[in-house]
Amino acid sequence: MSPLVGQTINLLAAILLMLSFAMISQRRILSLIHLFTAQGVTLVAATLLVGYATHQPHLYISAGITLALKVILIPLLLHRVIARLDVRWDVETLINIPTTMIIGIALVIFAFNLALPISKLSVSIARGTLGIALACVLLSFMMMITRSKAVPQVIGFLSMENGLFFAATSATYGMPMVVELGIALDVLVGILIFGVFMFHIREQFDSLDIRHLEKLKDD
Amino acid sequence: MIGAALLDAPARWGHLDWALAVVTAWLLIGVAGVFALRRLKLVARVLFPIGGACGLLLFGVALSAIGAPPEASVLPIGLPSLPFHFRLDSLSAFFLLVIGSVSAGVSAFAAGYFRKGEGTPPGLLALEYHLFLASMVLVVLADDAYAFMVMWETMALSSFFLVTANHRIVEIQRAGYIYLLVAHVGAIGILLCFGVLQANTGDYTFANMRALELSPFWASIAFLLALFGFGAKAGLLPLHVWLPEAHPAAPSPVSALMSGVMLKTALYGVLRVLFDLLHMQVWWWGVLLLAVGLATALFGVVFAAAQVDMKRLLAYSSIENIGLMFAGIGLSVLFSAYGMRPMAALALTAVLYHVASHAFFKSLLFVGTGSVLHATGERNLGKLGGLIRFMPWVAWITLLAVLASAGLPPFGGFVSEWLLLQSFLFSPGLPSSFLNMLIPVVAALIALIAALAGYTMVKFFGVIFLGQPREDKLAQAHDASGWERIGMLWLAGGCIGLGLLPVQFIAVIDPVTRILVGAGLGKTVGDGGWLLVPVSIERASYGPAIFLLGVAASFALAFLLVRFFYHGRLRRSPPWDCGYPWQNGRMQDTAEGFGQPIRQIFEPFFRMERELPSPFDTAPHYRVKVGDHFWHWLYLPVARLVKRLADLIGLLQQGRISVYLLYGFLTLVTVLMVVKQ
Repeated sequence: MSPLVGQTINLLAAILLMLSFAMISQRRILSLIHLFTAQGVTLVAATLLVGYATHQPHLYISAGITLALKVILIPLLLHRVIARLDVRWDVETLINIPTTMIIGIALVIFAFNLALPISKLSVSIARGTLGIALACVLLSFMMMITRSKAVPQVIGFLSMENGLFFAATSATYGMPMVVELGIALDVLVGILIFGVFMFHIREQFDSLDIRHLEKLKDD
Repeated sequence: MIGAALLDAPARWGHLDWALAVVTAWLLIGVAGVFALRRLKLVARVLFPIGGACGLLLFGVALSAIGAPPEASVLPIGLPSLPFHFRLDSLSAFFLLVIGSVSAGVSAFAAGYFRKGEGTPPGLLALEYHLFLASMVLVVLADDAYAFMVMWETMALSSFFLVTANHRIVEIQRAGYIYLLVAHVGAIGILLCFGVLQANTGDYTFANMRALELSPFWASIAFLLALFGFGAKAGLLPLHVWLPEAHPAAPSPVSALMSGVMLKTALYGVLRVLFDLLHMQVWWWGVLLLAVGLATALFGVVFAAAQVDMKRLLAYSSIENIGLMFAGIGLSVLFSAYGMRPMAALALTAVLYHVASHAFFKSLLFVGTGSVLHATGERNLGKLGGLIRFMPWVAWITLLAVLASAGLPPFGGFVSEWLLLQSFLFSPGLPSSFLNMLIPVVAALIALIAALAGYTMVKFFGVIFLGQPREDKLAQAHDASGWERIGMLWLAGGCIGLGLLPVQFIAVIDPVTRILVGAGLGKTVGDGGWLLVPVSIERASYGPAIFLLGVAASFALAFLLVRFFYHGRLRRSPPWDCGYPWQNGRMQDTAEGFGQPIRQIFEPFFRMERELPSPFDTAPHYRVKVGDHFWHWLYLPVARLVKRLADLIGLLQQGRISVYLLYGFLTLVTVLMVVKQ
C-alpha cells in the first residue's frame, strides 16, 4: 500500500467530518440534502479506495449499494418529499447553532479519545480514521436531537448510518455482506416509513414541527 | 408417542399412560365445548358427565398406581430440545387420587349446575374447566421445572378465566385481578426456587435436582422461596387475600375445585420440594412452617366466624384448613430433622389424610352453597334461613359435610384432626427443650382452632338451613336437580368413607410417607383390627365403626324412649314462643349476631367499621364492615409504593422526541465511556 492511498483515505475522512459539521450548521433543508448526498459520495470514494488498496472485492459491492441508495435513491426521495410538503427552507434548531458547534467540537475530542485504544488494536490501513467515523456518528445523533422538524431528523438518522458504515469500513474492512445488505434494506424501509409518517404528521397538525407530538403524551 | 400408544393394545399401558390418556380426554372434551359454544344442553348433559367419568377413571388409575414403582416418560411437546418430563410416583398418585375422585363428583354436579345467561358461554366454560383439570393433573405429574411452570401457569390462567365467568360484574373483575396478581407473584417465587435447586447445572429436570446436594444455606433459600411461592397459591398468611375474593366470585363448582383440589397442588409442591428434591430438613424450617401454618389457621377460622357471606365464610374456612395442613408439615419436618422417622410419618399421614378429607367436605360445602345460591339468588346469610324444609336433599347432604368439617366423628375430618393432635402429643420426645415447651401451646392452639371451626360450621348450617326463612321468596326455593344430587352424593360418600375406613385409607397413604420420610403407618395401624392405632394400642385407638354403632344405638334408644314411653304424642307447636303475640323470621339470631362474640373476643384481629344508629333515629340502621388488617398494613402501602415509583418513572416521559433522543444519546456516550475504561 502506497502512502498516497493512506493519505487520500485520511483526506476523505476529514471531508466527511467537515460535511458533518456543515450539516449541523446548515439551516436549509435543501442544502442539507445536498450535503447528505456529498457525504454519500465521499463515503463511496473512501470505500472504493479501501477496497482497492486491500484487495477486498466485496467492498466494491458495498460501495455500489451505497452509491445506489445514499447518493441516488434516498436524496431523490427526500427531494420529492420536501417538494410535496413544501418545506424547502424553514429549519429551526432547538439550540442555537454556535452552541451546537461548540458541543460538536467537544464530541469530536471525546470520539478521538475513545477511538485511540481501539485503533491500536485494529490492523486495518484506515485505523486512524475510526475516531472520525465515531465523531460523525455522534454529531449526526446530536443533529437529530437539536432539530425540531421531521425532515432534518430523518437526514440526521441517515447520516448517522453513514458514520457507522464508515466506522465499519475503517476498523474491519466492512461488515459481512449479509449484515450490510440487511442494513441497506433497513435504511430503505426506514425512509419509506419516515415518509409516510411525515405526511401523516403534516395532515394531523398542518405542520412538520414534531413539537406537536408532545400532545400525544399520556398524562 | 400417545398416538402410537393409542393404536397399541391399551392392555399394555402403564399407569402413567392412562393418566395422560385421561388428560387427553379432558382436553378433547374442552375442544368439543368450543364447537358447542352456546348449546347448553349438549355441554351440560354430555360433556360434563363424560368429564366426570374420566375423573373416576383417573381415581381408579391413581389407586392402583400408589405403591407401584415410579413410571417416567418424556413427551416431545413444548420447545424443541426441551421436552416435557413426566413421572408418576406414589406422591403424585396420591394427589391424582384426590383430583380424580373430587373432580368426578364436581363434574357431575356441574352437569346440573350451569344455567343460561351467566356471562361466559357454556362451551367456553367447559373448555376452561377441563383445561383446569388437565393442568392440575399435569402439575402433579411434571418431572422438570419447565413442564411444572408451564402447567402451573396454565392452571392459574384457566382458573382465572373460570373465576371471572361473570366478567361483567365489577367486583368479580377486581377479584380476578387480585387472584391473577398473587398467583403470578407466587409463580416468580417458585421459578426462583427451581433456579436455586438446579444449582447452576443448567439441568432443570427434577431427577437432576434430586441428585444434587445443596449447602444448608442454599437449601434454606430454596425452602423459603418455595414457601413463598406455594404459600401464595395455598393462601398462607399474608398472601391469603385473594382467597376470600376469588371464591365467592367463581361459579360454585369452580370454587369447589379451587378450594378442594387446586389449593392442594400447592401443598403437593411444598411436599415435593421439601421431602423429595431437598435431601435435608432443618429444624427451624419446621418451626417456621408451624408458626405460619398456625397463624394462618387461627386467622382463617376467626375470620370465618365473622363472615356473613356464605362463600366467603367457606373461603376463610379453607384458609384455616390449609393452615392446619402446613402446621402438620412443619411438625413432620421437625421430626424428620431430628431423625424421628415414625413420628414424621404420623404427622405427614395426618396431613395427607386431611388433604383428602378437606378436598371432599369442602367441595361438597361449596357445591351445596351453589345449589342454595341458584335456588334463592342470595349469598348473604342474613337473607337465608329455614331452607331445610324447601331443599331437604341439599340440607341433609350438606349436613354431612358440615359435620366432617367441624371435625366430628365418624367423618373424615375427625380422623385427620385426631391424627394431627396425636402427633403433637408425641412431640415431647423431641431432643430440644425449647421445642418441648412450645409444642403444648401449639397443641392447645390446634384444639382452639378445631373448636372455632365447629362454631363456624354451626353458624353456617344453622343460619342457612334451620330456623325460619328470613325472606318470603325463600319459600319458592327448589331442591337440587338430579345431576346435582348425584355429584353431592358421591362427595358425601367420600366424606363418610374416609370417616369409616381410616385403616384402609392409611394403608393407601403408607407408600407415600415411605418415599417422603422413609417410614409409614401401614403396619402398625391395623394392629387393632377395626381399631385405628396410630402408634401403639396402649396409647390411643379409635374405632369409627364402633363409635358409629354406639351413636346410632343411643340415638335409637332415646328416640324410642321418648316416642313410646314419655308421652307418645307428636305435637307441632312453636318452640319457646315466650308469650309473644307474633314471631317472624327477623327475630331469629342472625349471622352477625352469632358471630358477634367471636368478633368481641378477637377484636384486635379485625378492622371493624361500625355504624350505630342514634337513639332518636326513627329508621334505625346498623351496619358493620369487617375488614382485614393485612390490606391496610401490607397491601395498600405496597400498592402505594408501586404507584409512586411508577409515577417517578412517568417523569421520564416528556413527550418530546428530542428529549427521548437525548436519553439515547446520553446512554450511548455513557456506555462508550464505560467501555473505554
